[in-house]
Amino acid sequence: MALVRLRGPLKKLAGERADHPLEGGTVVELLHELEQAHPAVGGWILDERGFIRRHINVFVNGDCGREDTPVSAEDQVDVLPAISGG
Amino acid sequence: MTELLVGTKKGLFVLDGQPDAEFEVQARAFAGEPVEYAMRDPRTGRLLAAVTSPFYGPKIWYADDPLGEWEQAGGVALPEAQDAALERIWVIVAGEGDGMLYAGGDPGVLFESRDGGATWELNRALWEHPTRPTWSPGGGGLCLHSIVPWPGDPDRLALGISAAGVWLTEDGGRTWRQGNRGLVARYLPEEAREGSASLCVHRLQRAPLRPERMFMQFHGGVYRSDDAGETWAEIGAGLPSDFGFPMVIDPADPDSAYVIPLTADTDRVTPGGRVGVYETRDAGESWTARGDGLPQEDAYLTILRHALDRRGEGPALELYFGTTTGEVFGSGDAGASWFTAATHLPPVYSVRSDVAG
Repeated sequence: MALVRLRGPLKKLAGERADHPLEGGTVVELLHELEQAHPAVGGWILDERGFIRRHINVFVNGDCGREDTPVSAEDQVDVLPAISGG
Repeated sequence: MTELLVGTKKGLFVLDGQPDAEFEVQARAFAGEPVEYAMRDPRTGRLLAAVTSPFYGPKIWYADDPLGEWEQAGGVALPEAQDAALERIWVIVAGEGDGMLYAGGDPGVLFESRDGGATWELNRALWEHPTRPTWSPGGGGLCLHSIVPWPGDPDRLALGISAAGVWLTEDGGRTWRQGNRGLVARYLPEEAREGSASLCVHRLQRAPLRPERMFMQFHGGVYRSDDAGETWAEIGAGLPSDFGFPMVIDPADPDSAYVIPLTADTDRVTPGGRVGVYETRDAGESWTARGDGLPQEDAYLTILRHALDRRGEGPALELYFGTTTGEVFGSGDAGASWFTAATHLPPVYSVRSDVAG
């Protein structure tokens, strides 16, 4: 299983747990699995269209990923807010 | 004591004070987050806030105590796997039915809550309206920003959408029709105006003592309707500019309205560096500047759509407005004189002065 790592409010919404081992072949499949396991996360990372929100960054083993980025067991997927703001 | 809920670019500020002196900050919630709108349901005292995190998207939150735990409301989302995402919640309004609340958002959507704001449901009739593909957003998005109930009749409602005009229902939101006759979109070429759906309503208000009377601040033009929003007549003559965003009325006087003119759509600051709140007491026949105590020199302020509110009525009408430079001004005498209620806040998005239930 891939390991999805959360921080800040996302971690809090996901049962106060940072690390989530999840099944899925792409980033978006993992994120849907995360939403299934923790419905409170729904709408926070993915919007209604199934897109990762504009100012959320996803890294797969340290490389920038998108919805359709493939993932496999042993991969680490970090989800964190972008360094944007004003 | 008057309570002000001030939504800002960097959180919700709860202020209180007397309407003649500086207010105190009693609470701050959602630190660092844009709070576009916050209101207190006058029937229950419950606070509701529309917060659009730049990271995590728009949400509605509710609490009984601003310093306590805020709960995220459920159902504030568009149908999944379609072509649109909810961008922002612009306004939350108490309805006429028990526990009924409405929320308006971008892209031109209406949500309804029947449990005081804990859960919400998209109004499908407006979402699936056959004209929706012709709706166009204004500069701030396709924003449903004005929700105007009819006192005592939960079935009748008017909506203002920028830039998709006025929408009316008489069956509790099961069907919707436009109410745009008389509006003139001066920002379109003359030959494109007739029948255009690109109508940039900025704010709608209804006179509760004569509910068929409505007032509108338009994108260039101030209007009045005497037939519940079916037809509109321009009443902006006499104002230094008929461009602006916020508008309130004195609920005790169906002939009253207040606006804060800005120079023009290309220069959205107070005209001539003078801050003026303008009042009509004759349904728009004439306008009077009500600016005693407001900055009158080199004051180029911007007051956003929901940054003006009122409390009370008649001679004791209180008025409050906030600026994008973080000031809040107030009047305890229907605009005759003004005081500075707050300074040094973040840019003000909204001001509400609901009375707790």
